Amino acid sequence: MKLTFSQAINQAFIDAMKSDEKVLCLGLGATDPKGVFNTTSGLEKLFGSQRVFDIPTSENAITGICVGLSIGGYKPVLTHQRLDFALLSLDQIINNAAKLHYMFGGALNCPIVIRMIIGRGWGQGPTHSQNLQMLFAGIPGLKVIIPGSAQDAYSQLRASIESPDPIIFLEHRWLHNSFSEIKLNHSSLDIREQSTVKEGSDITILATSYMLPESIKAANILEKYGISVEIINFRCYYFEPDEAIIKSLKKTKRLIIADTAQDCFSISYTLVEKIKNKIHLGSDKYSILAMPSVPEPTSYYLTKNFYLNYQDILNQVFKMLDIKNNFIEETSLDTIKHDIPGEWFKGPF
Amino acid sequence: MDENFRIRKILDMQELNIQEIKNLNYKLLMVMKRIREVELSISKEYKNQEIRCPVHLSVGQEAAAAAIALNINKTDYSVSTHRGHAHYLAKGGDLKAMISELYGKKTGCSKGKGGSMHLIDKEVGFMGTSAIVGNSIATGTGLAEAAKLNSKGQISVIHIGDGALEEGVFYESLNYACLKQLPAIYLCENNFYSVYSPLKVRQPPNRDISALAKAIGTKFSYKCKGNDPVNAHNIVQKAIYQCRNNYGPIFIEYETYRWLEHCGPNNDDNLNYRDQKEIADWREKDPIKILERKLTQKESKDYELYKVYIKNEIAEAFQYAKDSKPPNYIEAFTEIYSSK
Repeated sequence: MKLTFSQAINQAFIDAMKSDEKVLCLGLGATDPKGVFNTTSGLEKLFGSQRVFDIPTSENAITGICVGLSIGGYKPVLTHQRLDFALLSLDQIINNAAKLHYMFGGALNCPIVIRMIIGRGWGQGPTHSQNLQMLFAGIPGLKVIIPGSAQDAYSQLRASIESPDPIIFLEHRWLHNSFSEIKLNHSSLDIREQSTVKEGSDITILATSYMLPESIKAANILEKYGISVEIINFRCYYFEPDEAIIKSLKKTKRLIIADTAQDCFSISYTLVEKIKNKIHLGSDKYSILAMPSVPEPTSYYLTKNFYLNYQDILNQVFKMLDIKNNFIEETSLDTIKHDIPGEWFKGPF
Repeated sequence: MDENFRIRKILDMQELNIQEIKNLNYKLLMVMKRIREVELSISKEYKNQEIRCPVHLSVGQEAAAAAIALNINKTDYSVSTHRGHAHYLAKGGDLKAMISELYGKKTGCSKGKGGSMHLIDKEVGFMGTSAIVGNSIATGTGLAEAAKLNSKGQISVIHIGDGALEEGVFYESLNYACLKQLPAIYLCENNFYSVYSPLKVRQPPNRDISALAKAIGTKFSYKCKGNDPVNAHNIVQKAIYQCRNNYGPIFIEYETYRWLEHCGPNNDDNLNYRDQKEIADWREKDPIKILERKLTQKESKDYELYKVYIKNEIAEAFQYAKDSKPPNYIEAFTEIYSSK
């Protein structure tokens, strides 16, 4: 079945809500005509307004209400159209959801999923584009899931809903229209498992979120030049690096982490340190592609060279493989503007 | 009402045959007296430095908890705050598990992970307390929504203080509860101080807190003046009846006064942040003394027996807590997640 990322989220909701009547779907705009970028469209009609509903603009209370619902036996999935809005609920997320199981000695579980959508481009600006993944990943008790493909959107959302732990589910807005062949299967998924999406022998790219399709694009170009790239979809943030990562690096001995968040105090740096504890990596054998530690500007002109894309990955690979003649005429591919993910995107956010 | 539950868990005194006690005053007194004796025992034991966590005692404020105790069911939910011992006990929470939690033992209700400010007893629907002002208002509201979705006539009681009314989450939660007509009771114990800060430096003068709740949309909003336990009981009884019968969320402001310091085992009246006359006036309105004066001769005799009974019960709980094995330090690294 071929689905877009948005449709896959929608399908995951449908299947999860059919199989478990305790699953609830709520969020600002969850039942409006846009259905949160079509991810929640049609759910109210299928499952009724007691299980699928719009909410007041009360992020902190609603998050606490979700915590209450969860300890009362329900499995709420709360959606924020931007991660930035969820910042009003940090008290409930950090002091409540993340801690409940621990601070009551295991007496409570908090099975809630908080979807946060990360914006980019089209003038999203400083407060509609933040990927604050390091903030959430730094809180013990939270699990941070960051799907990179439509398949992830389906299987990771299903697994997140079934998880007894609170999940921060980070969706990149630019992935919503990406599509792939989907297997409606999630039962075998370990929520912390990374996935190798392309095998290769020269260099390993750990790609997160929207950097996954950009990495695949880069790898396909590099293939024409005889460079073999291994890509691991880094889709769950956890303290210890996955075995797949170590295995891959033993083979390629070179690493690029392609991130959508800032590099300062980042998950990427922590991960590199963790990896270096397990396997030797010389300082010229790894690098991090991440956003600069500045707020994202709004203006079309200011964002011109702001974002990372496949070209940055190409250049980085050439640099690390010490290939001098790295002039590749790929600009012809770039007919679309830098601040939209594709012609499908017509704004506003 | 779940009479057996109340007898077994709230008062925990089968041998005194509470079922035969008809006098409301006496019942309220018994619940309050037990709570106070527990709190005073904590206060007394605290100096031994074996209870090594902050404690916020409810001495003087017992009546609101007692009113709940006599009217709530085991299947109902309740949540509370940093000052939550009384509410935990009122809901029927296990005394030994609470005292053990204060001592940081594995036998504690949160296995020593939470301490005094994180009490829980799921068996009786007491779903936790929070160390962050206003934090549990939302959780309790969520439990009210769960209760409504369950359609089994449950309610959720949310114990809060006057400080929590200053948090945005109060408005957000109450708005939501009114919107969804949730079976929630917001029981605000107004003791007029947030730590050392009087109400007058925190909220505009002459604000009627219960009118505020009404303006947000509760059909019923009550004010209970002067630490009066019988009035508190009657209001709570009515509120619970209304809440159970789909009148939506209900707000109750209960005026009361804290006798000891905000946090800790001592009296801090020497700091003079509260007027001496004010303290003396409220001490006169001691809900326990008021009801003790109303006991009949027969009840007075029983009451003497009861006091011996709870004294033993509390001593036993402290002994149990002290005797309990401390957890291994390695357990600090467990239960961070519910799953792998």
